[in-house]
Amino acid sequence: MANTHTDREIVIKTDNVSIFYGAFQAVRNVFLDIPKNNVVSFIGPSGCGKSTLLRCYNRLNDLIPNAKVQGEITYRGTNLYDSKVDPVEVRRRIGMVFQQPNPFPKSIYDNVAFGLKIAGFTGNFDERVEQSLRKAALWEEVKDKLQQSGLSLSGGQQQRLCIARTIAVEPEVILMDEPCSALDPISTVQIENLIHELKDRFTIIIVTHNMQQAARVSDKTAFFNAEAGEGGSRFGYLVEYDDTRTIFGSPKEERTQEYISGRFG
Amino acid sequence: MTPVSSKLSTTERPDDNQFGVSPSRQLFGKVMTGLVFACVAISIIPLASILFMVITNGLGGFSPAIFTDLPPAAGMQGGGFRNAIVGTLLTCAIGAIISIPFGVLAAIYTVEFGQGNWISQLVRFCTNVLSGVPSIIAGLFAYGVVVLLTGGFSAVAGGAALSVLMLPTIIRTAEEGLKSVPKATRLAAVGIGATNFQTVTQIVLPAALPFVATGVTLAIARAAGETAPLLFTALFNQYDIKGLWEPTATLSVLIYNFAISPFPNQQKLAWVAALLIVLLILSISIFARLVSRRKVY
Ligand SMILES: Nc1ncnc2c1ncn2[C@@H]1O[C@H](COP(=O)(O)OP(=O)(O)O)[C@@H](O)[C@H]1O
Ligand SMILES: [Mg+2]
Repeated sequence: MANTHTDREIVIKTDNVSIFYGAFQAVRNVFLDIPKNNVVSFIGPSGCGKSTLLRCYNRLNDLIPNAKVQGEITYRGTNLYDSKVDPVEVRRRIGMVFQQPNPFPKSIYDNVAFGLKIAGFTGNFDERVEQSLRKAALWEEVKDKLQQSGLSLSGGQQQRLCIARTIAVEPEVILMDEPCSALDPISTVQIENLIHELKDRFTIIIVTHNMQQAARVSDKTAFFNAEAGEGGSRFGYLVEYDDTRTIFGSPKEERTQEYISGRFG
Repeated sequence: MTPVSSKLSTTERPDDNQFGVSPSRQLFGKVMTGLVFACVAISIIPLASILFMVITNGLGGFSPAIFTDLPPAAGMQGGGFRNAIVGTLLTCAIGAIISIPFGVLAAIYTVEFGQGNWISQLVRFCTNVLSGVPSIIAGLFAYGVVVLLTGGFSAVAGGAALSVLMLPTIIRTAEEGLKSVPKATRLAAVGIGATNFQTVTQIVLPAALPFVATGVTLAIARAAGETAPLLFTALFNQYDIKGLWEPTATLSVLIYNFAISPFPNQQKLAWVAALLIVLLILSISIFARLVSRRKVY
């Protein structure tokens, strides 16, 4: 996987993006391009704005009343924050998996079928549900109890159900915000393997506080840090963004070196 | 440290158990327990005595005729009150049909969209005021709005009066139900491209449904026994009603009329109707409890 992504097409361009919550600047001047079919991980100490930036990629920040985005985020040449862009449509192309598994209070089958239904899918539901559950490495465990509530599964199974639900609508990009932080080690390995498999079909951005995980699953890594600005409030910024090998082997920035060797954060 | 504990164990606790409860606290505990039991017993007395009176007086008159016959004229023997049973069910149903959509939609607005803005605060304030409004005022409202405008007493007017009484309960329980659905569940729906409408109607509302159903049944249980708001809206009717826009008999108004009548047969029927209404409310309440067990969150 070494040098292949440098000449890949870019799916998401992050062009000088700053994000505010009211007057508080959470993220400052980020430039960052996401290549197609790569896994990009965001690492950095907590509070440096990783989740904040991630939420902007599918306009989930719209739900936070005072959040404001400056700069430009373009998805395949379209500015996501253009007034003509429908956020609902954006979220169908760019899906999100959350930190806490959050299945719907519906059957396992309906959890996966829900996204298809609202997207107006007209094909074979049973087939697509099975496909999605297989891709999420959950089919074998649930195929005999598809009508049971999604909430009855274990945490790791719930998270894979959430992934199945997301890939069912075939987005191009999947955002994952610390998808393993609420899971046990075995479930974590399962999800990491899954991310490897999904790379062929999807572009994945994953936030993680686990550096080994970033090193294991991602092609490129972005290291964020938080710093006190004028007035004492802390803002997050992108320190370094490069191939994962480079970030963990020979980072260019001193802060990155310090962070990955565990000297802070 | 040591002198204190040794003093305690020697002077106050002869059984040399240094963690024992002192006799004065044991006594205090017993007195308080007794007091609490006495209060519980006293507060059960009203319900128990009502049940006792209604059952002893009403059970004797229970016969199939009450479901099949019309109320007897003054001084006549026998009879029943099928028209009043129908009327009570009908006015309650009309009340529910009016208040459920308004109540649920109001709750959806305050919880899902208003989120503490001034409109939702106003709605909450009005809900509280409304739940304290005497039921006869609700009847007055329906009289002014429905009876005067449509030119007569009717089942619809009675239902409208009851809907005013049902509204606060429905709004409150629906709000509670909607709030019980975690934010993360809504985010999940929005995150895979659901519109607000789809999120509310297909994810949040189904999860809140047991709460809403509980609220509706409790509201119906309350409305089923109301008399005052029906007196000058649904009024009364000796016969079966032939349309929604006619005055109708109801169990509660029948009790009111017959209980003060000088004829023993009518008084007896009032007791039977009272028993029926108590049974109705009891079974609705039990149903509400069963429904609320099916909560999702
Ligand atoms: N909804 C919000 N409203 C206001 N401030 C927020 C909100 N969410 C996050 N923040 C602030 O933005 C900064 C970045 O948070 P976050 O993106 O969650 O960081 P990370 O995911 O890297 O831990 C933090 O200082 C946090 O307090
Ligand atoms: Mg975070």
